[in-house]
Amino acid sequence: MEENPGPQDAAGPSVGSRWPEAIVSALLVGVAVLVITDSLRVGNGWADDGPQSGYFPFYIGLILLASSGSVLIGTLLKWRGENPVFAERTQLASVLAVLVPMGVYVGGIAWLGIYVASFLLIAYFMRRHGKYGWTATGAVSVAVPLVVYAVFERWFLVLLPKGPLESLLGV
Amino acid sequence: MDEIGNLLHGFSVALTLPNLGFMLVGITLGVLIGVLPGLGGANGIAILLPLTLSMNPTTAIIMLSCIYWGALFGGAITSILFNIPGEPWSVATTFDGYPMAQQGRAAQALTAAFTSSFVGALFAVVLITFLAPLLAKFAIRFGPAEFFAVQLLTFCSFVGMSKEPPAKVIAAMMLGFALAAVGMDSVTGQLRMTYGYPPLLKGFDFLIAVIGLFGIGEILLTMEEGLAFKGKHAKIDPKVVWSTWKTLPRHWLTFLRSTAIGCWMGITPGGATPASFMSYGIARRMSKEPDSFGKGQIEGVLAPETAAHAAGTSALLPMLTLGIPGSPTAAVLLGGLLIWGLQPGPMLFVEQKDFVWGLIASMYLGNIVGLFVVLTTVPFWAAMLRIPFSVIAPVIVVICAIGAYTVHSSMFDVVLMLVFGVLGYLFKKLRYPLAPLVLALVLGDMAEASFRQSMLISQGSLSIFWSNGLVGGIVGLALVMLCWPLLGTVKSWLQRPPPAAPAEGNAS
Repeated sequence: MEENPGPQDAAGPSVGSRWPEAIVSALLVGVAVLVITDSLRVGNGWADDGPQSGYFPFYIGLILLASSGSVLIGTLLKWRGENPVFAERTQLASVLAVLVPMGVYVGGIAWLGIYVASFLLIAYFMRRHGKYGWTATGAVSVAVPLVVYAVFERWFLVLLPKGPLESLLGV
Repeated sequence: MDEIGNLLHGFSVALTLPNLGFMLVGITLGVLIGVLPGLGGANGIAILLPLTLSMNPTTAIIMLSCIYWGALFGGAITSILFNIPGEPWSVATTFDGYPMAQQGRAAQALTAAFTSSFVGALFAVVLITFLAPLLAKFAIRFGPAEFFAVQLLTFCSFVGMSKEPPAKVIAAMMLGFALAAVGMDSVTGQLRMTYGYPPLLKGFDFLIAVIGLFGIGEILLTMEEGLAFKGKHAKIDPKVVWSTWKTLPRHWLTFLRSTAIGCWMGITPGGATPASFMSYGIARRMSKEPDSFGKGQIEGVLAPETAAHAAGTSALLPMLTLGIPGSPTAAVLLGGLLIWGLQPGPMLFVEQKDFVWGLIASMYLGNIVGLFVVLTTVPFWAAMLRIPFSVIAPVIVVICAIGAYTVHSSMFDVVLMLVFGVLGYLFKKLRYPLAPLVLALVLGDMAEASFRQSMLISQGSLSIFWSNGLVGGIVGLALVMLCWPLLGTVKSWLQRPPPAAPAEGNAS
């Protein structure tokens, strides 16, 4: 994501906050532009029966543009100044080590259903980060989806996404 | 007094066997949520909210508000035993609570924390009991302009009272408003910002945002810190509880002061976290031995816990009477009211008496039940925390995904949850506050509706916002709040010699 090294930081490899700051504020400026253009499309003025649909969002867009724009400009102006640490490289690596499996998990829910995907996620975490043995890993990662099934589908009658395994088992 | 009669009626509504059962379930779940890092009160309620849709609204709100009390109690357990604040408002409790535990006074610290939480909440509930009906009666005369003015005051207070840079507070808030505007315009029926993508027709649900921002975002932050749980043993002995209780009346002034700070910060949307810090800071400043703070001073536990609970509880006052929540968790509860088809605001006191007074009565009962539950179950929670984060983290992710999915039974929402999670992580790291974002997302439609109605009445003239003393006064106050950080900057700029860099205005 943000892989910009902070060159002047002597204490270990870290990522400076100027790039993340610039990217987030630029994204917000982008959202503001989307809001403003869409408000202009649906009309930001006054119709016969009162304010048009874009009347309120238009001003929201303008304020968002001004506030995020000022953060962006402030960041760019101070670009050559100090660059406070956003995170250590090792910290970002641990964040990605969680974020990537989470992304795979969300994708997996659509393919495999929530139960199998949850089993895989818990098992992966326990083996990879917790260094657990197969027995403990198996017990927890099977028990949690079973409890989820009992509580949500049986007790509260909430249907959760299912995959090929569930249809095979006829659940 | 009307209030007493209404309250007694409320007790008759709340004191049914199923309601008491749900109260117990709510408190227990709440403590669990408060104890586990990565799950907050707002997030826990958001996940469980869809499950309560089939319940009667009174029972549902009793259970959900009990989760809230439980989470407020639970945060103290991890702070004292593990030096890990389970909730942001428990951070100040770690300063003296953990040193007390290290000195072998964990049971004393926990008793003090729970009791002061109880006292803070009790004062705030009494305040709600007597003030809410008055405020509702007063607010019943409000027109759209007054409502918009109060909402404006809420949002401007965020800018004035936040420690984050004002531009970032405003940007986060406006992002919330912009997300709230996506979907079908309820007045004209026109589609806004959907760009032909069908899942966007229903707009952005605040529940998904809360689960992502607070739940997933918090896990990412916790992972960054590489948490290791190393805690102190805690066994609460009735003798220790009794001996601690005997010493507490000595600190009546701390209780009183912290309750006042908490109630004030709860009603104005300061929230429990700033209230706990402010109360701790003032307790230290007013103390005869300020140097003993941070080394295991019991007042250092009493002050933040009393204020946090008073703030958390009194945050429900503006939610019930004006439809404006004083904290992110209150905002989630407000969203629940809207889902159940109840219109928060002054009319709630007229049209839904059972609901309102049942809820207020449950606040009294919930806190008593809560105190009992936490005092008896501390060893269990402490044992639970020995489960390593590598097991807890994926389980929380699974719970969050289920919560996000159950809102609309849509996979798109689960993906959105992840996006909000990354946003939450980035926002927290870059000091964009999350509370105004969530609040704007919840209140966006209501604020827009009252603004539009005001504009309709005045035929597009903004002068309606100072057309009478009341609305003008509220708008004036809102503008003062909005300009507060600016005043601080100007003041420090004037006071300093020219070469010094301007200091950040800190209003809280």
